[in-house]
Amino acid sequence: MDVRLSPEQQALRESAARLVDQLGPHAVGELDDPERTAKLDAAVTASGWRELRTADHGNRPLASGVEVGIVAEELGRGLADISFVGPTLATELRRMAGAPPSAEVETVVLTDDLLSLARVVDGRVPSGVAVDVQGSTRALVLAPGPDGDHLASMELGSPAVGLDLTRPSVAVDGQAVVTPLAPARPVTADDLTRWTALGLAVACADLVGTMGGAVRLASAYASERRQYGAPIGSFQAVQHLLADAFVLSEGARSATLHATWAVDELEPADALDAAAVAKAYCARAARTVGETAIQVHGGIGNTWECLAHIYLRRALLSSELLGDVGVSLTRVLEHRGIGGRDGLS
Amino acid sequence: MDFRDSAPEAGFRIRLREWLATHNPGLPTSSTDDEYWAGMAAWHRSLYDAGFFGMSWPTSIGGQARSTVYEVIVDEELAAAGAPPRPSLGYLVQGILEHGDDEIQQRFLPGIVNGRDRWCQGFSEPDAGSDLASLRTRADRDGDDFVITGHKVWTSYSDEAEWCLLLARTDHEVAKHRGISAFAVPMGQPGIEQRPLRMINGVTKEFGEVLFDGARVPAANMIGAPGEGWSLAMTVVSHEREPGELGYVARYRKVVNDLTRRVVGDPGRFRPDQVRDLGWAMVEVEMLGLHVRRRLSDRLDGIAHGPQGSVDKLLMTWTEQAVGHASLGIGGIAAGGGDETSLNTYLYSRAQSVMGGTSQIQRNLVARRILDLPAS
Repeated sequence: MDVRLSPEQQALRESAARLVDQLGPHAVGELDDPERTAKLDAAVTASGWRELRTADHGNRPLASGVEVGIVAEELGRGLADISFVGPTLATELRRMAGAPPSAEVETVVLTDDLLSLARVVDGRVPSGVAVDVQGSTRALVLAPGPDGDHLASMELGSPAVGLDLTRPSVAVDGQAVVTPLAPARPVTADDLTRWTALGLAVACADLVGTMGGAVRLASAYASERRQYGAPIGSFQAVQHLLADAFVLSEGARSATLHATWAVDELEPADALDAAAVAKAYCARAARTVGETAIQVHGGIGNTWECLAHIYLRRALLSSELLGDVGVSLTRVLEHRGIGGRDGLS
Repeated sequence: MDFRDSAPEAGFRIRLREWLATHNPGLPTSSTDDEYWAGMAAWHRSLYDAGFFGMSWPTSIGGQARSTVYEVIVDEELAAAGAPPRPSLGYLVQGILEHGDDEIQQRFLPGIVNGRDRWCQGFSEPDAGSDLASLRTRADRDGDDFVITGHKVWTSYSDEAEWCLLLARTDHEVAKHRGISAFAVPMGQPGIEQRPLRMINGVTKEFGEVLFDGARVPAANMIGAPGEGWSLAMTVVSHEREPGELGYVARYRKVVNDLTRRVVGDPGRFRPDQVRDLGWAMVEVEMLGLHVRRRLSDRLDGIAHGPQGSVDKLLMTWTEQAVGHASLGIGGIAAGGGDETSLNTYLYSRAQSVMGGTSQIQRNLVARRILDLPAS
């Protein structure tokens, strides 16, 4: 047992962190700077990070869940307003189905509750949400067939921003035409379980990053803002809020590291359990940490121009993705032989 | 990165598992029962004799000089078998290893590691709790001895111990942190009065007060240089804060496994909120186990102990208290048909945010030394 990052993984973390630090938004106003966003997007495209789950010759992914998690964490920490989790999940689906990689950026359509991949009914997707759509004009869905669930692709409308100001979604309303993906084989139940584990683990890594960024933002503010003739960060009441937030983010990091490793190394049901443990922990922690960042900023924290709510919003979307706190807890209990979903509502 | 056992680790795990199948003493859940503490010394020797204790300590003191990963394996297998956790002595060993000279180490450490000698820790005093450096117990030179006068409290297992790792003031002229020295004091002598304290869960073996009035300790029993006591204390408490060192994950896992079996066996008996508390306890315990693996792996680089120990201590505390709440929910209140063990497990969990440095002290350390927030 040795769960340290390899030198290559550390280098990946450093280059992702550097890139986001240079080109990510450092103020709310910068979210409306298309030139900066385009530069960040071009740099991420050039890095190939969205293709980490592309198949190699043996149909294994080019990189493990750990590398995907490393990138996701740094993108979250820097509030990167470009797509990553959506295209990564689409790439993973194509690999599982043996379909050729997409020439353009594409994402996935989830059910309205964001719990699973949307399904085609009578040639159309009646409703759903395409997530993380920045730069994508198409998205993948599941099309049931006589020999199992196949992948299909559909065109997307223009982005509506929604909850997360850094990663827009598009509502799907049953109008779009769905095209089957060929050549490809059906995706199995095990494939979808592992895919869900990957999505949860990446969402957790994003949460670990947003927590880190929110604590950094609030700590910097607390060191500068003065009241009663002293920086507010010198008061224990404020220090303890920030200390708790930091400790939560560290627990989340440990659970997430395992979840990203488990994606490729454990049986599908165990990989999903590792992801559910991490998601329950991260989602609960991230809401508290986001709220703490707002509280430490006081009145300023409740204004649109403060980045604290951008972190909280991003965390709320990642928390919902493929299973929120309640769903994750239910999965953890079920994996240990307890209950059905009804007992926990 | 690999969370799995290497081949030697897997072989060790299997040997331990087979041994546990016939050697599990089946003591009651820890810290809720005096019977547990009474059986702990025999359990320590049994583990040591079979080669499952002191895994990562130097061979010169009876350890096996293996990687700390083996401690994790021991903890996991003890929990899986429902066996008692290993005795928590790492902080004591580490303090003497880092501050005692070779002679001191050879005199005292083998007996601690193999379970022959039992030790207690004389740090806190009635007026020196969180502010430990203001302690007033004094050690005054008298020929080849020091004479000890003072009052120690929260001294775990003091009535069972043959030795006490004692902090006492030897220099009253210097700043309070600089005037403290550490000693190995023999407990079986006149001038030492034991007053066991009863904890809120009824246990009387764990907690005590010790009054020193003219007890003697040879000057040769000083650990480290005169005035090095504070630095030794900081080594000890930083180890005391690390869940990997303490093996507590095994204890938490055992409780969660017991509670899970009860719910699986009679699912209709429990309310959704009680089951939900159990779910959180599962999540916290899994997280803590993974956190320990991460921190022990970091140590393979030789990363020194620092304020990160306060992060570990807070995570461990939140985990223990989540397990306590699950225990209260599933085990129930004793007066309402629940069992006393579950109630006592809950009550004992309240101590975790106090012992080894309160949660408030840990937060101060995280804020100042990790987040670099300004001094007050």
